[in-house]
Amino acid sequence: MLIATVPIALPDLITFLFAAVAALVGAGGVILLKNPVHSALMLVMTLFSVAILFIEEQAQFLAAVQIIVYAGAIVVLFLFVIMLLGVDRKEVIQKETLKAQRPLAVVAAVLALLEISLLARTNWATGAKGVTSSTNNSASNIVQLGRAVFTTYLLPFEATSALLVIAVIGAVVLARRSSGPQQVVVDPEVAEDAAEANEQTEQGSLS
Amino acid sequence: MGSDPLLSHGISLAVVLIIVLKVLVAFVVLMVSVLLMIWFERKVISDMQNRIGPNRAGPWGILQTLADGIKLFFKEDLIPERSDRFVFKLAPYLSTIPAFLTFTLVPLGGVVKIFGHTTELQVVDPPIGILFLLAMSTISVYGVMLAGWSSGSKYPLIGSVRASAQMISYEAAMGLSIASVVLVTGSLSTRDMVNAQAGYFFHIFPKWNLVQLGLVPFLVFVIAITAELNRPPFDLVEAEQELVGGFHTEYSSIRFALFFLAEFMNTITMSAIIVTLFLGGPSGPDPRFLHWLWPVLWFVVKTIAFLFFYVWLRAALPRLRYDQLMDLGWKVLIPISLAWILVVAGMQINRLLGFGILVLSLASAVLLYRAMDVGDALNDASDVGLAPTATSGFPSAIAIPAAPGLKIVTRPPVGESSTSGGN
Repeated sequence: MLIATVPIALPDLITFLFAAVAALVGAGGVILLKNPVHSALMLVMTLFSVAILFIEEQAQFLAAVQIIVYAGAIVVLFLFVIMLLGVDRKEVIQKETLKAQRPLAVVAAVLALLEISLLARTNWATGAKGVTSSTNNSASNIVQLGRAVFTTYLLPFEATSALLVIAVIGAVVLARRSSGPQQVVVDPEVAEDAAEANEQTEQGSLS
Repeated sequence: MGSDPLLSHGISLAVVLIIVLKVLVAFVVLMVSVLLMIWFERKVISDMQNRIGPNRAGPWGILQTLADGIKLFFKEDLIPERSDRFVFKLAPYLSTIPAFLTFTLVPLGGVVKIFGHTTELQVVDPPIGILFLLAMSTISVYGVMLAGWSSGSKYPLIGSVRASAQMISYEAAMGLSIASVVLVTGSLSTRDMVNAQAGYFFHIFPKWNLVQLGLVPFLVFVIAITAELNRPPFDLVEAEQELVGGFHTEYSSIRFALFFLAEFMNTITMSAIIVTLFLGGPSGPDPRFLHWLWPVLWFVVKTIAFLFFYVWLRAALPRLRYDQLMDLGWKVLIPISLAWILVVAGMQINRLLGFGILVLSLASAVLLYRAMDVGDALNDASDVGLAPTATSGFPSAIAIPAAPGLKIVTRPPVGESSTSGGN
């Protein structure tokens, strides 16, 4: 009933309904489908629908970044892991690893829904487009984001980038295969065998 | 909704019709140019290899592609038993559709008047412009990846993992070189990029980004998208000699054709994107008559030059090995384009700062390579040199490169072993 009081143009409404339904179907598919690859594809569908909603809200930059970063990098990484680890077959999910997992999930979902509806009590649909001030100027989206990130939110931005660099270095350190001689652990038996072998070859070469 | 003057006066039926017309024209133009591009590639490459090439269907064999297309349409469509049917059918479209959508960004010409409406000769001009290109190229990774996975067999899977790793790696270099173009343009829109490149240095040299950005981003971009397109010499993900044929091994008939349609569409689109980003798009000398035609003509000429360049690469260069490919992407292209972005950003502030950053990055590159050399030399010394000198009585003992794990071996004193040998 709150929706009805706000004038929404027909194309906007159609776009919103289409994208919202697709997002929900995708989200449902992520948890309902049995094959992990299919779930990942459903996640991509949800991300795309959310990107369409962003465009509808005049947040084009956010939409593009959503697709490039989430659909383009993160889900591709998921798929890599799924394919390389060979978990891409139907999983038996009848057995619960945690006790009372499913009832707890339902409770959490209801709580989240309640929270959202409490927060959105007053403003279900405002009809406003975009939270950035002027949406007529085509470049304003990116210009405003850039200003915000490099002036008001400079410290969080730099802290985030430092965090990412630390994560990259950590990953490199963990994944690095050590190849220095000091790390070579010599099994004493192997060493003896090798010594004997060496001796024999030397003897052979000298005699 | 972008800066196209067509949309600035509200949307009427005529506007919608013009947009539909533009989409149709772009689609037909792209399809026909794929047809011609395949013929062109086969003809040029056979010239370069002293062959005749296709010469049966139509004059100079120009209808050969059409014949091949019809043949592929009527071939049996096989779906492997162990495949994932839905994803197997979906994958070719995930390659083809982004290839077409990217083309809609390219400004083909100037501003024209159709039926009393002023419009740009370009299908869309969204404010996110070039980011849309990046988004679409990430989607085409899905096509390759899912094609290999859904085939349900080993070699396509390995091929698709390789291919998607290659595409993702080179996307980084591609994005960084695009970022330097965005830096000098101050906008993401492709139309603004073309407009920013109008004019001349000293009345002679066109003010293209190619010159303005100092050639480096252009070279990085060309190499990166050659890899992105899986064109030779980076075509190891789909060459017959590698992994049977890569991700499309199990594909046949029209689905197979769709992958190659996508590849050729991408080749044309990316040539057009290079022209847009670095060569001023449709800009060029403009005689007074036929004012709308000249920009389109210049655009086509520049694009064909790049298409020829791709064919030439295929004829001239041997294919890279997989590790060379990854080294080139991660250790050469990405560091260079990162440093160059700093240089370009410095130049935007003032000349002195720009040259300062250039000198600094050159110096740090030299230092880094020196440090890597020293490190390598040290590693070599501890691997090979130390083991014999620590144990042997002969200083010039035959330096047998010890296998790792055998080098801390405690041998009996050499004198003893040599005397026993003497006995």
